[in-house]
Amino acid sequence: MHPMIRTSRRRRRSDGAARRVFQLAALFTFVITVLIIGTLAVDAWGFLSKLADTPDGLGSLTAIGWFPRRGLYDIGTLVVGTLIVTGIAMLVAVPLGLGAAIFLSEYARPRLRRYVKPLLEILAGIPSVVLGYFAIAVINPDIVVNLFSNASKAFTLMAAGIGVGILTIPIIASVAEDALRAVPHALREASSGLGAKRSQTTFRVIIPGAISGIVAALILGMSRAIGETMVVAIAAGAVGGGLFQLTPLQPGQTMTGAMAALGFGSDQVAGDNLAFESLYFVGLLLFVMTFLLNYLSDRLVTRFREVY
Amino acid sequence: MTESGKPMNIVNENVVGSDSGLQTIASSERTEVDTDTPPFVFETIDLNVYYGDFRAVRDVNLTVAKNEITALIGPSGCGKSTVLRCFDRMNDLIETARVDGRVLYHGLDLYGPDVDAVEVRRRVGMVFQKPNPFPKSIFDNIAYGPRISGMAKKKADLAVIVERSLRKAALWDEVKDRLSSSALGMSGGQQQRLCIARAIAVDPDVLLMDEPCSSLDPIATTRIEELMKEIKDEYTIVIVTHNMQQAARVSDRTAFFSVEVNEQSDARTGILVEADATEKIFSTPADDRTERYVTGRFG
Repeated sequence: MHPMIRTSRRRRRSDGAARRVFQLAALFTFVITVLIIGTLAVDAWGFLSKLADTPDGLGSLTAIGWFPRRGLYDIGTLVVGTLIVTGIAMLVAVPLGLGAAIFLSEYARPRLRRYVKPLLEILAGIPSVVLGYFAIAVINPDIVVNLFSNASKAFTLMAAGIGVGILTIPIIASVAEDALRAVPHALREASSGLGAKRSQTTFRVIIPGAISGIVAALILGMSRAIGETMVVAIAAGAVGGGLFQLTPLQPGQTMTGAMAALGFGSDQVAGDNLAFESLYFVGLLLFVMTFLLNYLSDRLVTRFREVY
Repeated sequence: MTESGKPMNIVNENVVGSDSGLQTIASSERTEVDTDTPPFVFETIDLNVYYGDFRAVRDVNLTVAKNEITALIGPSGCGKSTVLRCFDRMNDLIETARVDGRVLYHGLDLYGPDVDAVEVRRRVGMVFQKPNPFPKSIFDNIAYGPRISGMAKKKADLAVIVERSLRKAALWDEVKDRLSSSALGMSGGQQQRLCIARAIAVDPDVLLMDEPCSSLDPIATTRIEELMKEIKDEYTIVIVTHNMQQAARVSDRTAFFSVEVNEQSDARTGILVEADATEKIFSTPADDRTERYVTGRFG
């Protein structure tokens, strides 16, 4: 080989070192993920097999409510609580988030957009603990109780849901806006050129063109809402446990809220009963739910990229 | 306005901000316009277009006659596309654009205070440089305009319009068996003819074409040029083209634009050098600059 193009040993060594550092980082991330999932699965299995040996057996998974210290692990209570909170959050976040996205992408002047977009990202940066207190200090007494006189005065799933919804708005708005803006300008011109009003262009060309991105935004927002913990831990009530119930106007427990309560130790669960171990079971279930949603959104986003 | 009542409808009678529906001009104004309406579809009077502080074209006085093909030619940056986009108020979509002077459409100022740009664009269709079909089916592409304007809603009515438009655009035989497949699967030339059919579908008065063949191969270009000649009896066509041969082949009148460079500020402004019958522009133009350009000795 000609000496000029031969790789020097030093460069080869430094290239190799860099490669190993990145490789290690990637490996580390992967190993941690596997460990987490493995721990969850093993401990969830441990919980279930121990539960099967108790007098009530697996029947405790369907009981009158979620009271882990008393051996009642009605998982339905938590799933329903999560669905109620997520549903209310989406009712708040979808119209506001999509509305903001459409406004920013189709109607706002560039100058306004320059100011509003960062503002939206600030909203995304509000610590959820702040929104939790906002939910019990403002949302429940001033909104929920005012609208529904039969609502619980202190904690309701609805207040928690609205709080989670506010946290979800910026995610939906930001991802959906990117999707809308990715629709080629040529299509806007084509539509306008045919005598379409701006609203017609928006609803008949831009939104259909961006639909997979919009759906991805909704799913991302939804998995955020499902996983949100602090707001529900503070504002949903039912820290120690809760009866199975379907109304959003009462306190309730969500999967994340129950896990937080168990994990905090506020429930003094460490001991020989299974309360602490039920955490892993709930955790695994939550993981599977959000994983499926993320997977779905990933698929949709990939498809969305291929459209143009 | 005897030959067609169309152009009159673009004015909102109730001035304030309504962007819906057809409104007609007050009858007194109508007669006033009628009496001295020239046979021109468009007439610009001292038209200046600015993008922010930058003046893109200066003092353009140009006429476009009915049922003729008018070609706008000239070097890059001469403002020919900018002028074209004034004819259907497409410049409105550009935030910083500002139009000064008058653009008369059948004698009516398109930039008058109560003219509805949406109504203007329903009468003045536009075909763009790059084919821009919607990511929808061939049928839905053509039916888009009639649907949004409320011209036709029923599938059967739309089908009639779709077939008629595709036939006029010489595309029917190629696509009649796959109307429901995506327009994005067509060739570039087919897509551009689809865009012409889509523009025709709303039954416009004028077709504006902004370098419609610049992304097409010579065979597709020839088809579009033939198409333009076939449909010019029904429409007034204004075409911007970089291709002088194309202007010579298809147009009745040619307007030559040029760029004027300000020595001090280096600002480049488009000006209309001259507009005349196409044979005259390409044989004995009045202006030296035109002659230099059309003979390829552009300085």
